[in-house]
Amino acid sequence: MSAGFHIAVCGSLVPDPLQTLEPVDTPAGPGLKSEMMLPAVLDPWAAHALYEAAHLAKNTGDSKVWLVSLGPKARLQQLMMNIAQKVPFELVALDGPAGGFSDAYEVAAALAGAVEKIDGLDRPRLLLFGGRSSASRDAGVTLQMVGERLGITDQFLAVDKLTVQDDGSLRVLERVEGGVYQASVCEGPPAVLAWSTGELPEPPNNPQVGMQNMRAIMPALQQAQPAAVSAAGITYRNVEVPRQRRDTKIVKDVPAEEIAREIVEWLRS
Amino acid sequence: MSEVAADRQSMEVDIVCVGFGPATGGFLITLSRAMQDPALQPHLQSKAMPGMPLQVVCYERADDIGFGVSGVVTRARGIRASFHDLEPGEIPMAHDVSHEKVVWLKDPIGASRRPGGVKGLDAAMASLRLLGKGGPHAVELPYIPDFMKKDDGLLLSIGQFNQWVGSLLMSSGLVQIWPGMPVAEPLVDDDRVVGVRLLDQGTDLRGDPTEAYMPGMDVRAALTVVGDGPVGPVGRKLDEHFGMPEDHHQRDWAVGMKMVVDLPTDCPLEPGTVFHTIGYPEPEIFGFFYVYPGNVASLGIFVPSWFDSPVRTSYRYLQHWMLHPYVWRYLEGGTLRSWGAKTLQESGRRGEPHLVGDGYARIGEGSGSTNVLTGSGVDEAWTTGVQLAEGVIELLKQDKPFTRANLEAAYVQRRRESWVERGARIAEKARDGFQKGFLAGFIGMGLSGLSRGRINISGPAKRPYEPVPSLQQYYDGKLQVDEIERIRQAAAAAGTSLHDALMEAAGWPAISYDGKLLISHQDALLLGGKVQAPAGYPDHVVFLYPSVCEACETKLCIEICSGEAITPGEGGVPQFDREKCIHCGACFWSCTQPREDDPERTVLEFGAGAGGLHSAEN
Repeated sequence: MSAGFHIAVCGSLVPDPLQTLEPVDTPAGPGLKSEMMLPAVLDPWAAHALYEAAHLAKNTGDSKVWLVSLGPKARLQQLMMNIAQKVPFELVALDGPAGGFSDAYEVAAALAGAVEKIDGLDRPRLLLFGGRSSASRDAGVTLQMVGERLGITDQFLAVDKLTVQDDGSLRVLERVEGGVYQASVCEGPPAVLAWSTGELPEPPNNPQVGMQNMRAIMPALQQAQPAAVSAAGITYRNVEVPRQRRDTKIVKDVPAEEIAREIVEWLRS
Repeated sequence: MSEVAADRQSMEVDIVCVGFGPATGGFLITLSRAMQDPALQPHLQSKAMPGMPLQVVCYERADDIGFGVSGVVTRARGIRASFHDLEPGEIPMAHDVSHEKVVWLKDPIGASRRPGGVKGLDAAMASLRLLGKGGPHAVELPYIPDFMKKDDGLLLSIGQFNQWVGSLLMSSGLVQIWPGMPVAEPLVDDDRVVGVRLLDQGTDLRGDPTEAYMPGMDVRAALTVVGDGPVGPVGRKLDEHFGMPEDHHQRDWAVGMKMVVDLPTDCPLEPGTVFHTIGYPEPEIFGFFYVYPGNVASLGIFVPSWFDSPVRTSYRYLQHWMLHPYVWRYLEGGTLRSWGAKTLQESGRRGEPHLVGDGYARIGEGSGSTNVLTGSGVDEAWTTGVQLAEGVIELLKQDKPFTRANLEAAYVQRRRESWVERGARIAEKARDGFQKGFLAGFIGMGLSGLSRGRINISGPAKRPYEPVPSLQQYYDGKLQVDEIERIRQAAAAAGTSLHDALMEAAGWPAISYDGKLLISHQDALLLGGKVQAPAGYPDHVVFLYPSVCEACETKLCIEICSGEAITPGEGGVPQFDREKCIHCGACFWSCTQPREDDPERTVLEFGAGAGGLHSAEN
C-alpha cells in the first residue's frame, strides 16, 4: 500500500450494560426509565470496531481514524471521558438521540451524511467500520445502509478478522452459523466492515493518547450539528428488555461435570 | 526493572488533580470559570505547554465520575454560593428538603446490645412519645437542635451531582477529567511534590508485569491537588512522608452502607423528606432516609469505628435496620435500584493533615474538612475546593510559585477565615464522648452543639483497634465460649464470615429474603453495586505480614468487608477477591493488628486499585 486507510468508525453510546434497564413510554415514543441518568459506554460492537481500526491504522502508515458518533451532545461528552484514552481518533459528533428506538434508516442517513462531510477524507481509501448490530436493535442493518448511501458495494457484515495482504487486498473472516468462518477477499477499499467481536482486547488507558485526542474532541463536540433522527412513522406494539433470572450460589471445589449438570437443570426449569 | 523504568512515560501539565469528588468539583468549577474570564486569561496560561491555556487534568479511580459515592442531605451553603440560581431540578434526583425528623428507634426484637444507660434512654424516649409520633417502637423527637437541622438544604445523589458538575466542566472544554485511571502515588522530589504516578497497567494480581505491561505514567505538574478522599492512596502516602501535624490523627472512621430504593407505589412520603435514626439496630449505628423525586429513596446506616464489636458488619445490620417497623412500613414492597458503601473520615479537624506543602494542596474529606458535629461533609469539601481555586488564581495573577508559604497564604488562610473552619472548631471535640460509650457520646454531642463547642465530653481518642474486645468478651453473658468456638470452626470450614451465625445465635432473627429488597449480600453486590474489576491491575488489598494475620483471632477485616471480598483463607491468612471489592476502605481502618514500627498503621495495606461500583445513583 502506498497510502494508508481512512477509517470511519460509526459508533455511539449505549447504557452501561450493568445497569437495570426499564422500558417506559415517553412523549417521543419508547424510552428507558431515567435514561439521561444512566452511565454510558461505547456500544461494545462499535468498540471492537474502533479498537480494530486503531490497530490497523497503527500498523499501516499514513492512515487515520475518525469516530462518527450520533448521540445527545452532553452524553457524548461523558462517553469521551471513558474512551478517549484508549486509542487515537478524531471525533465527528452529531447531536441527536441514541436511545435505541430510532429508525435505523434515519440513523444511517445521518451517519452517511456526516461521513460525506469529513474534511480530508479520501473516499477511495475509505474503510467504513462499525458494530454489526449497532443502532438497529440487533437487526444488523444500519451499517449496511450507511455503506449503500456512500456507494460502497463491498460489504462484510459479521467480521471477526481483517488481514491486509501483500498485494493490498483485504482478506476478511466473517462469522457464520455453526462456529465456522466465511473467508472473503476484496481488492481493497472502499469497503464496509461491520464487526462482531474482532480479536483485540480492550486497550489500556493511555493518558498521552487522551490528552492528544481531547484537544480535537472538545471543538468537535462544540461544533456538533443537530441530527434530525426520530422514530416517526414507526409504531412499537410492545417493548421489553430481555428477562433476567438470577440464582446465586457460592460453592467450592465442585467438579465441572456437576456444575454443567446443575446449569442444564436450571435452564430446563 | 531498569528496562521497565526506562519505558515509563512522562507528561507535563500545569495542575494535576487526584480524585473527582465534590472537593475537586468545587476546585475545577471555580478555576474553569476564571479561565473563561477574558480579564484573567492572560494570567492563566500554561507554562507546561507555552501558548496554551492552563493545562489541568484530573484522574479518578472509579470507572465513571458518578460511580461509588453516596446520597446526602446538605445545607449546600458553599454549593449555592457557586451556583447562585441553582434549581434542584437541574440536577437529577436532587430536591429541596421539605420535612426533617430525628427518630429514636427502640429494639423491637430484644437482640440489640443495650447497656443500662441506653435502656434509660429508651425509657426517657418512651415518655417523650406522649408528645410525638412514631408508633410503638419509635419516637419522633419533638425538637431538632439547630446544629443538626438541614431543613433549608438540599437532598442530592452525589453520583448524579458529580455527573452534573462533570458535564459542566467538560462543556467548558478547559479541563480534562479521566475516570478509570487510578493514581498510585505522589512524586516527591526532595520534599517537594512534583506530580503523580499513575497505576501500572498490565500486571498480575501481585503487581508483576505481564506481556501487556504498561508502566503508570508520571504526570508532572507545578501543583498537585489531592482530593482523593478518606482512604485515597495519594493522601495517605503524603501523610506517611510528611507525617501529621502535632496532636492530629485519623482514628475515627465509619462506613456508610446504603441502598437506593424504588419505594412502593402507596408510600406516603413526599420528596424532600429526611429522617435520621438513632438507637437501633445497635445504639452506635445511625440511620438515614432521604426521599428523592419520583418515589425513590436513598437510605442506609453508618457503622462507626467506635462500635467495638469484633464482628462489626454493615450489610447484616442494614437489613435489620430496614426491617425495623418504623422504617419497614415505608419500604415493604419496594425494590432495590442501587447499593454501595464508602468510608467516612470522622476525625474532622483533628484528622486534618498538612494542608499544603511545596507543590501540593489537600482538599475535601481527606483534608479533614468534614464537620463531625453537624454530620456534613459534601458542602465543606466543595468549599475547600473553591477556596483552593481562589488561592491558585490569586497566585497565578501574581505570578507566584506554588510553594508551601504561598499556598499557606493563598489557600489555608482563606480556609481558616471561613465558615468551614469555624464549624470545624466547634465540632472538634464533639464526638470524643463516644470513646467512653454511646451514652457519653450522645450527651457529648448535644453539649458541644448547644454550647457551640465550649462544653465537651472530651478525652483521648483511641486507635480504632484498641477498644475491640475478643469474641468471648463481646458475647459474654449471651453466648458460651464453646458455642463461639463451634461457630468459629464451622465458619472457617465453610469459608464464610462469622457475624451471621454469631448474630443469629445471639438472638437476631434470620433474614427472610423477598428477592426485591431483602436479598443476599452477594446479590446486593451484583444487582445493586454492579461491581467491576478490570483485568491487568494488582490487588489493592494486601496482607503485609501473613504470620500476623494467621495469629489474628479477630479478623475484623473479613467481618466488615462491604462486598465479602475478604474471606477466610487457607492457613489463616484472609484472601482477597478484587472482583468483589467496592473500594469502601473499611478493611483498612478495621484491621486490629498494628505494625510494630508504627502503631497508627496496621498490617493491612489498602493501595491504589481499579474498578469498583458501577452505579451512578448512589
